[in-house]
Amino acid sequence: MTTAAEIRGRRQWPLPKQANPAAPLLEVEDLSVRFAMRQGSVKAVDGVSFRLDDGEALGIAGESGCGKTTTALSLVRLLPANGRIRGGSVRLFGIDLVPKSERQLARYRWREISMVFQGAMNALNPVQRVGDQIAEPIEVRLGQSRDASHKRARELLDLVGIPKQRSAAYPHELSGGMRQRAMIAMALACDPAIVIGDEPTTALDVMVQAQILQLLERLRRELGLSLILITHDLSVIAETCDRVMIMYAGKVAEEGPVTRLFTAPRHPYTRKLLSSFPNIHADRRTLDVIPGAPPDLRNPPPGCRFAPRCSFAMDVCREVVPPEVRFSDGVRVACHLFPTPDTAPLVVASGPTAPLTVGRRADGAHEAAPGIPDVPTPPPAGRPRGLDGADPEDGQRPLDEGRSAS
Amino acid sequence: MSEPYDGLAAPPPMPRPDDPAAVPAPVSHPAEWSVAADAPELLRLDNLEVHFPIRGGLLDTLTGRAKGVVRAVDGIDLTIRRGEILALVGESGSGKTTTGRVVVKLTKQTGGRVTVDGKDVSSLWGTRSLRDYRRRVQLIFQDPYETLNPKHTIGEFVMEPLIVNRIGSKHERLERAMAALDAAGLRPAADYAARYPHELSGGQRQRVVIAGALVMDPELVVADEPVSMLDVSIRTELLRLMLDLRRERGLTYLFITHDLSIAWVLADRIAVMYLGKIMEIGPAEQVIRTPRNPYTQALVSVSPSPDPPAAGERASRTILVGETPDAAHVPSGCRFHPRCPLAFDRCTVDEPPLFDVGDGHKAACWLAEAGPLNLPVIEAVEAAGGSEVAAADIGVATEAAS
Repeated sequence: MTTAAEIRGRRQWPLPKQANPAAPLLEVEDLSVRFAMRQGSVKAVDGVSFRLDDGEALGIAGESGCGKTTTALSLVRLLPANGRIRGGSVRLFGIDLVPKSERQLARYRWREISMVFQGAMNALNPVQRVGDQIAEPIEVRLGQSRDASHKRARELLDLVGIPKQRSAAYPHELSGGMRQRAMIAMALACDPAIVIGDEPTTALDVMVQAQILQLLERLRRELGLSLILITHDLSVIAETCDRVMIMYAGKVAEEGPVTRLFTAPRHPYTRKLLSSFPNIHADRRTLDVIPGAPPDLRNPPPGCRFAPRCSFAMDVCREVVPPEVRFSDGVRVACHLFPTPDTAPLVVASGPTAPLTVGRRADGAHEAAPGIPDVPTPPPAGRPRGLDGADPEDGQRPLDEGRSAS
Repeated sequence: MSEPYDGLAAPPPMPRPDDPAAVPAPVSHPAEWSVAADAPELLRLDNLEVHFPIRGGLLDTLTGRAKGVVRAVDGIDLTIRRGEILALVGESGSGKTTTGRVVVKLTKQTGGRVTVDGKDVSSLWGTRSLRDYRRRVQLIFQDPYETLNPKHTIGEFVMEPLIVNRIGSKHERLERAMAALDAAGLRPAADYAARYPHELSGGQRQRVVIAGALVMDPELVVADEPVSMLDVSIRTELLRLMLDLRRERGLTYLFITHDLSIAWVLADRIAVMYLGKIMEIGPAEQVIRTPRNPYTQALVSVSPSPDPPAAGERASRTILVGETPDAAHVPSGCRFHPRCPLAFDRCTVDEPPLFDVGDGHKAACWLAEAGPLNLPVIEAVEAAGGSEVAAADIGVATEAAS
């Protein structure tokens, strides 16, 4: 694993002037975005916080309307005209981007944060050759000469697996997979610190999707790319990302390392979502049903937004918004079923027990199973992600002992 | 159970909700309702062919001379028994949708035969004769947003097929429409019937489309990617609905999808198409677990799963290089050979027929000629056609399955 210093040392272009070299790559805190509609204001994103470290891949998942795309678009303020950031901060290298003016922000768009959109056919200019389109940001944003930028464009095409000769092709002459590769080349044009992929593989065939995901993986390895992958498809995240953030109705339901969250989901929504995905590689032909529909964000339910659809909802869920609770394995959850750090006495470290191993049963329930070792992620220095003082090794026990027996 | 929650492991067993009925039944492949082996055949396709001519410039258009043909569907055989769900799986351009359109008579086949319930319907054309046919065979499209007329109420949409087919009195039509809406899970039906499409969510719209198909009380439903536009939670509800309808009404489905894992959850049998041909067909379990065609094997291996891959697991994915060739230039021999990691000399010359490998499981691959052969896992991710590699690997892995 390459360190942040190494990745930053590899940058072709210096960090922005105001950057704090010691600051984390991206820190989003308490971000709120509203859309002004005729019928009222929609809280599309409501108090979302997350962090992205150098070289890390974060997946943001959720159903349509959960605010995952809005969250990503608001990082570089590419929101539709009626969207406004109403609060919170977006700190890139410690620089808060929210108070920046449009003009100041332009320096960060594409050069520091670039995007790969879903429909490459719509995102590419149909009357411009792909090579020219990739060269354009290099020329405009980085002030390179025409020759240098075209040379770089051809290198980039080569990097993403498009033969250099095809740089003279128009988008319609390329297949869907090739267009998506060209989009990725364009996103990489200015050697950005972060690439955001908004459903980059959704419209593609499964084999082409596998090719693109493989490409992203290779680019991460070779370039130390930091990636935010937005998708409704949890399986894509499971295959590509280090951490995953599950959003529901504009809020973070659960966030944590992919290995933890997908094998031992805590939030009832995460559990439901995971078990409503078919898994061809497991003996599971059962899909869970999540009853009901997401709430109307013009006036969301007062308590937990998932409460009306949650089979475990208690009275408190309908009245109080659940706080986010951090666990020592790097997962944070916003759900009343989990004690807050204030109720820490509940979190008693018991004696040494069997190591935490999890697997999936055929019916989708979770049970203790050998084979998948659990490695708790140590909290990064300077920002404990776990409960204060709790030792990750303490108090572990096989998952759901009672449940698998019943 | 009484153990205090330790905050580290996943949560303790959660309290069951008060009302067990509030928890909807999960979608599960219904072992309790498998199709009897002697169920009568409902649909049969024999050597079905759909070739679209490519016309060139003005002169060609005037002379009507075709420049070439797109072999969208290039000779497929298929049977579906009554009450069965057959999933037709393939990537874009594989001809799966065209096959579905031929079955519902929206596209004319250029060769072969379509038999429904023992009757040859291949040459059944013209509105009058099709009317009866379309009562029995209905189509559900992918996009509920485009299927519904925004200016018609839900009730009007559902009643329309009855009006077109001149079925029943006004009152009877209304009653049937309500029953169909109710069966599609839109309750209370009267409430939904008065609404317009824009008032409904994506999942509800797709239910309306299903109701529109149900109102004719069909025997065979051709569902073309009915859930691929929908979110997971809604998707599951609709799959549940489709399974329930089969149980209650004995519906038969031709389920067209690009998603192998959905096919696996829902279907009794799976047929995998590539460039207009069926590469493999058989019981879902066998096709997914023991694929006998390298294409199916590759598709299964790259189907993402919601479990994070364990170390080394990724190596076992077979990512094919290149893309599906276009159907106007079908490769010689086995049409998959240019991308097949196991291709050998014969594959470039002769086209393999579907070989029976037992239990109604058939694979169009020369490797399956001698019977069931466990395909070697091709570890090289960038697997390209290479006969030496293939020969060596097969030498190791040749073992007939029991």
